[in-house]
This record gives sequence, C-alpha cells and structure tokens, in this order.
Amino acid sequence: MSRPRSQAEYLARLVPPSVAGLNRRSLLAGAAGTGALLGTGLLAGCGGSDSGSGSDSKTVSLGSNQSDPKPKDVIAKVMDGFKTSSGVQVNINTVDHNTFQENINNYLQGKPDDVFMWFAGYRMRFFAAKGLAGDVSDVWGKLSGYSDAFKKASTGDDGKQYFVPASYYPWAVFYRKSVWQQHGYQVPKTLDDLNTLGAQMKKDGLNPIAFADKDGWPAMGTFDILNLRINGYQFHIDLMAGKEAWTSDKVKKVFDTWAGLLPLHQPDALGRTWQEAAQSLQQKKSGMYLLGLFVAQQFNNDEQDDLDFFTFPEIDSTIGAKALDAPIDGYMMARKPKSEANAKKLLEYVGSKDAANIVVKSDPSTLVANNGADTSGYTALQKKAAELVGSATEIAQFLDRDTRPDFASTVIIPALQQFIKNPKDIGGLLTSVENQKKSIFTS
Amino acid sequence: MSDLPLIQADRAVPPPATTTSRGGRGRRLRLLSRTDRVVITLMVLVPLLLVVGLVWLPALATVALSGTNWDGIGPLSEIDWVGARNYDDVVNNYPPFMPAVQNNLLWLAALFVVATPFGMFLAVLLDKELRGSRFYQTALYLPVVLSLALIGFVWQLIYSRDQGLLNAVLGGDTDWYGDPHVNIWAVLFAAGWRHVGYIMLLYLAGLKGVDPSLREAAAVDGSSEASTFFRVVFPVMRPINIIVLVVTVIESLRAFDLVWVINKGRNGLELLSALVTANVVGEASRIGFGSALATIMLVVSLVFITLYLFTVMREDRR
Repeated sequence: MSRPRSQAEYLARLVPPSVAGLNRRSLLAGAAGTGALLGTGLLAGCGGSDSGSGSDSKTVSLGSNQSDPKPKDVIAKVMDGFKTSSGVQVNINTVDHNTFQENINNYLQGKPDDVFMWFAGYRMRFFAAKGLAGDVSDVWGKLSGYSDAFKKASTGDDGKQYFVPASYYPWAVFYRKSVWQQHGYQVPKTLDDLNTLGAQMKKDGLNPIAFADKDGWPAMGTFDILNLRINGYQFHIDLMAGKEAWTSDKVKKVFDTWAGLLPLHQPDALGRTWQEAAQSLQQKKSGMYLLGLFVAQQFNNDEQDDLDFFTFPEIDSTIGAKALDAPIDGYMMARKPKSEANAKKLLEYVGSKDAANIVVKSDPSTLVANNGADTSGYTALQKKAAELVGSATEIAQFLDRDTRPDFASTVIIPALQQFIKNPKDIGGLLTSVENQKKSIFTS
Repeated sequence: MSDLPLIQADRAVPPPATTTSRGGRGRRLRLLSRTDRVVITLMVLVPLLLVVGLVWLPALATVALSGTNWDGIGPLSEIDWVGARNYDDVVNNYPPFMPAVQNNLLWLAALFVVATPFGMFLAVLLDKELRGSRFYQTALYLPVVLSLALIGFVWQLIYSRDQGLLNAVLGGDTDWYGDPHVNIWAVLFAAGWRHVGYIMLLYLAGLKGVDPSLREAAAVDGSSEASTFFRVVFPVMRPINIIVLVVTVIESLRAFDLVWVINKGRNGLELLSALVTANVVGEASRIGFGSALATIMLVVSLVFITLYLFTVMREDRR
C-alpha cells in the first residue's frame, strides 16, 4: 500500500504550481512585457534615459501610448523633427495603449516621463486638480493655430492649461456612398427622417444601423449623441460630472428614444465586436454605423473613397445638431519633470504646425488639432471630418473621458448592456445607476 | 507537524552541557551541527517570510482596505474610513454581484458534476493502455498547455455570431457570446474542455501508482471491472480523490481568464474574480470597493481551505 500513498503525496506537492496556471498577475506581467517589447524597438535607437538629469541636459523623456505600428511610427517622426529643430534628444517609452491607460494612476504617482500622452476631458482635469500634472500655461502663450474649443478642452478646473492637443477624430454616422446611391437614400435631417430611412432599409433587405457592444464602450457613443441631441451639451457634461440625476425625465427621454431606435439596430449587439459591425457595413449588409473616424480601418484602400458620413440628425430643434463627440489626444507634462525647460520646449514643438505637418503627411486616419497645419494632404473624408468638427458649437470627449473612470467602467458599461438586453425596464435601471452614482461620487 | 520538534531543537541546542543531562531526546538533538542549524533556520525562515510577505500581509491589507474609500491616488494618510459601507454597496447597490455569486456556484456545480467525473472516466480508459493512448493523452491535455490568448482566440473563432464556425455549421444565428442565457454555458463548455484534460492527467498519474496486485487479487476473486474500480481502486485512491476535489473547487473559485478574455466578465459572465479585477486593477481604481469584493471571495475560499486542511490533518493523525 505504500506506493500509491507516496505517489499521491508526490502529486500533492505538485499541485499548487500547476493549479496556479495562468493567473491575473502573469497576465498583467505579460501585457506589461508586451508593452516593453514594443518599446524596445524605439528605445534601441536611443541613449539611456537617465544619462543626463541636469537641467541643461540635452534629453527629455516621453511616455507614449501609441503602440500600434502606424501611430508609433508617426510619433518617432515627430520626435525626429524635434531633435532637428532643437537639438534635444527624446527618449520614447512606448507602452501598450490599454496597459498605459490602466496603469496611469501608478505611473503618475511613480516616476513618470517628463512628457506623456493623454486625452482631454474629465480625467485630465482630475489629474491636474490632484497635482499629478504640470501647469503648461506659459507654453500656451507661445502656441498659435488653436480654436477656443481646443483651449477650453485643455484647461483645468483652476483655469490654467495642463494639456497640449495634437489630434482628434469625430464620431458620426458612416455609410457607403455606392449603397446609398443604388437605393436613392437621402441623408436624414431629423429623427423622423432617420426612422423612415431605417424602415426603408429594412424593406430593402439591409440591416439599418450596425451595432456592437461586446467590449462595452461602443454603446457609450450612442448614449452620448442622443443625450447631446435631446438635452444639449451643458446637461450632458453636468450629468457626466455627477451634478444631474440619472433618474430625471431628461435622461429617461434619452433611453426612451434609444429604445425606439433599437429595432433599427443590428440585433444581438452584445456578442459582437465593433470590427465585426464595421465589416457588416463594409460588406454592404448594414446601411449605416455610428462610430469614430477609425471605422475606416476596416475598409480596403480602394473602398476609402466610397465611405462617407453625416452627423447624427437633429432631435429637438431648440437644441440643434451642432454638438458631437470628438475625443482629443495630446500631451501633458509630469508634475516634476527632470528637465522642465526641455519638457516645455517639446510641448511647444508638438503643438506647433511643423509637428502637425509631419502628422498630416504620415497618418491619414487622424485629424490634427492645429488649424495652421497644411491640410492639403487630407483625404476627402478627413477634410469633411475637419469641417464638421470646426463647425461644431460644443465638443464632448466621449463618455469614458468625460466622467470618472470607475463610474464609466463599473456602472455605465453594465447598465448600457442591461438596457440593450432589456430595453423595457428603464426606470429600474436608472434608479440603480443613480444609487451607484451617489455612492461613487461622494466617496 | 513534523518540523515542529526541529524548531524546538534549534532553540534547545546552544547550551550543550544541559542537554547531556536529559534523556534520549536531548542526545539526538546534539547531533545537529552548526551547519544543520543554519540550514534549518533558513529553511523555516525563508518560506515563512515569503508566506507572510506575499500571502498574509496582502490578505490582511485587503481586508483593511475594504473598510476605506481609497481610490489608489494620494498618500495613505488621506484614506478615509467608511466602515461597512463598501459591503453594503456590494450587496445592495451593485447589480453584477448576485449574478457573479450564482455564476461561481454554477461553475462549481458544472465542473464537479460533469467535467471532473468525465476527466476521471477518461483517465480510467487511458489506463487500459489502449493503442495510441499517448496520442489521446496529449490531445486531451493540450488545452491546459495552450496560452490564454490563444484559447480566447480559438473560441472566438468558433462562437462568433456573424463569422463563427458553430453558426456556419449549424446554420443558425445564436448569439453564443452575447446572449446572457447562452454565453455562460458556452464558456462553461470551454472551461470544462480545459478542466477535463487537467483532471485526466492528474488522475491518470494516480491510477498508474495503484499496485497491480490489488487488481489481480480482485480479478481472482471474480470481481467485475466496474466493481473492482469502485470497491478497490477508488478507495485506495482516496488521497488523489481529495486532491481532485480540491483542484475542482479551486478552479471554480479561481475561474477568471476565459471570461476576462471574452468580455471582461460582463453581461451574463460575471464572476467574483472578474469583478475584483475590474474594480481594483485598471483605470477604475475603486480600491476600497474592490477590496470588499476580494474579502468576500477570501471568506468563501477560507471555508473550502478549512475543510481541506481538516481532512488532511485528520488523515495525518491516523
């Protein structure tokens, strides 16, 4: 009897490491490792980041979240341009986009790079208020070519600037020109037009509005635009800041309107990624799709000219249809950069039209924030997108950038998915959201 | 229990004069040289420090943080004590919590009732030395070896509503991942697929260790295959059975990776571990609230750990 017993004990000792398998820690370590790997390509060409810590040194470090090959290449080109113009070397630390975003709290409280990439919005203002970001108001004194909307989006709660915008993209309703010409569709101007158009598309065998929310965030775009159209920009921002009640009739009307539109949306959205929804538009199975300009990534090069968009139609004539979501990406400065002079020089450069010109030349999928840039290289779609945002009266940043991240990810995402699953119980859902909001915003 | 006298021995050694006056036990202790004592001290201290530093302190810190509203930003001195409010919020003001508890229980039941017995059954079959049993063994164990990212990708290819293999073959349009009534079963199938291979290997190793003479004796006595297994082999395998049971319980409490890869544990795939991660890790940083969830999970795990230790210790005492 001794053999099985010892065998068993031998196995018992083996269990813990094999049970461990793949856990969260190793998952995160893997993600961080991937980020580091992505970074090494660029870092290899640079010197050690700690080599010069004096104020008159010739280096400055940049924390970049642009980990996809194309944007990463654009950043490298912009930084080369900075080196040529100022003689200061930039050490770029590229981290995987999602990892960067998830670790931002630890990153900013540890030893952040002198300059780092981030987004405009609530979170930027929050970091500024917590003293985790440097004041760059004097850099703004030297910048030109920015509209007031961009300056406003770069300003913290204390009236100082903490952000330099670089690029942005609008959210709009995209469609294929060839499909619309074939069926003779017209761009809808009102909600009624949209409903009529949707009904017609259904008759023509199309799925009117492509829709996906497996990842949780795409439906935020629909909520944003409906709230902006029904209740206007100021209410939307106040709601995001926790100042308005989710149980109010105004919010209820947004969900009622959405529930009315849901039959026009692609069914079973909760199992679909935005890429799959975009492909249904690309394959001419869906008629239109409310998404960011990045939807173009899912189209082949020869189909880019066939892609067009319109801004979401007016719902309330007293509110109009001039506000929209157009998230702005840009740069911020750490609270205590190793070399503040170099960091500010870099921020001035990335906000200049020279840097913007480099971006325009290298990346057709984004719009540059500086209106002094030479935009003759824009595609027709980019030109139209820039006009749309230029004519916007107010620009929102997208739900998860306009409110607390804990509220957006742990309350709003499950709530919107619940609504999509069961659009009937709006009252109960909003009461639950309001209760959770109270708990989060008062903590 | 066996290292307890050693610690005492270590302390008892320094005055050698006194030990000689003691009985046989003291004489044995004197045999420990200086090197032995250093080695023993290190062997006790290092794991002790590791366990305290990596398990107990974080666990206690989690319990302490669960009574605060810390958001992960700012010095520890700014943390406000909020008492049991986080627990109240978890139970009464957090819709994903109850589905998560239900799903964890469902997970446990599914693994316990279906996947684990099936894995054991496969192990018994493979133990019969069928032709090509190594091939089956590898094939069944493969899911355990595959990386998480790959598994997520493989099942995405199969379950995707618009472009997936399953809907293409069946010709339906079931929303395998999106429909909250369906997706938990789809994921349980994928989780079971991994679990079966794991249990199979574990149990097979145990079966190989069973003394063949026991089976021969049973055969000579005219026992059938089935009754040999249930009356002779299964009771002999008791220690392995306990391990398999514990592994099953741990796996179902620990279940996390698949749902996280699919949709971050939302929309019908809520699990306690995924909720903890969603709140604590990442930009959300609801450290206090997430710690309350983690503490609840810890308490549930403790119940099973206590049961296991109780059984093992009773075994030792026998």
